[in-house]
Amino acid sequence: MKKQFMTPLIIFGLLVVLLVVGLIKAKYVRDVPSPLIGKPTPVFNMPVVEDLQKSFNSEELKGQVSLVNIWASWCVSCRAEHQVLNYAAQKKGLKIYGINYKDELLDARQWLASRGNPYVKSAFDKDGLLGIDWGVYGVPETFIIDQQGRIRYKFTGPVSVNDLEKIIIPCVDSLKAGKEVHCEKP
Amino acid sequence: MKNHKHFLLLLLFCLLPVLAIAGPKGAPKPPIVFEDPQVEQDYQELAEELRCLVCQNQNLIDSNADLADDLRREVAKMLKQGKNKEQVTEFMVNRYGDFVLYNPPVKSTTWLLWGGPFVLMFVGVFVLLKKIRANKQESQTDSADLSDEEKQKLQDILKNQ
Repeated sequence: MKKQFMTPLIIFGLLVVLLVVGLIKAKYVRDVPSPLIGKPTPVFNMPVVEDLQKSFNSEELKGQVSLVNIWASWCVSCRAEHQVLNYAAQKKGLKIYGINYKDELLDARQWLASRGNPYVKSAFDKDGLLGIDWGVYGVPETFIIDQQGRIRYKFTGPVSVNDLEKIIIPCVDSLKAGKEVHCEKP
Repeated sequence: MKNHKHFLLLLLFCLLPVLAIAGPKGAPKPPIVFEDPQVEQDYQELAEELRCLVCQNQNLIDSNADLADDLRREVAKMLKQGKNKEQVTEFMVNRYGDFVLYNPPVKSTTWLLWGGPFVLMFVGVFVLLKKIRANKQESQTDSADLSDEEKQKLQDILKNQ
């Protein structure tokens, strides 16, 4: 073939490759990198869903490796995730704190009563302002917090059993062991 | 039987949007009102520059996602408290990163974003100039570089006329 025809053809081929890669990656486009990684958790003191007289203070997250899970009873994909969280709390011994995001109190309590409660406690964030401090843009979201109360990892979307085994637990284990780790999606 | 299955799948597909828009309940909130026109203008400008994180190709003004509404209210609240635009922008970037800005700052992670178009333009201009020069040279060689034999032929033709 003549050389002058080859050049546009090659450019076209490269464009096709670029677009195909873009389409395949589009699934993950919702993963906005969080600027909170490596920073201390937002400071808060919120009433607890289970008992509004009690409070959940951000200081409580220090001195242990824990998960903070943003959830809501209106959130459809939280339903699938809830089973995984129950499993993680009961069988894997993970400490999970909840932030109940923009929910009705009775709906939230009903949810915990009927599906089980994997949370040490859940903050009742009715107007979603605490969620904004955590940079929440889609529920569910799960954060891993180290002993110093810093956010080390953010998982957007429902955690599956696979995500739990492959990402969350290895990250939590290495943080517990005091290793300097960068928790990432494999 | 197979058709049946397709029909059910299609039905499920039609239901997807219904499932997707499930969101927090609650009465519609009152509109955002400003007393100071300057604050209102700041608000308009900011909300156009900030990106909605749920529907990522819209800004805060355009989007009617629940989160966008919350963020609009936060922006309005902070401006009414007397914070300036930079402080509000900083508040948003601290939580959502540069991603939230439609006008991102120039730094090491964004230089490709800012410089890319110029690099492409220079490459284009370079290729174009090279091409033009090559064409010019070709057209010059056509007439000027005749061999002696050809020159002789040309002279003969001209004489014979």
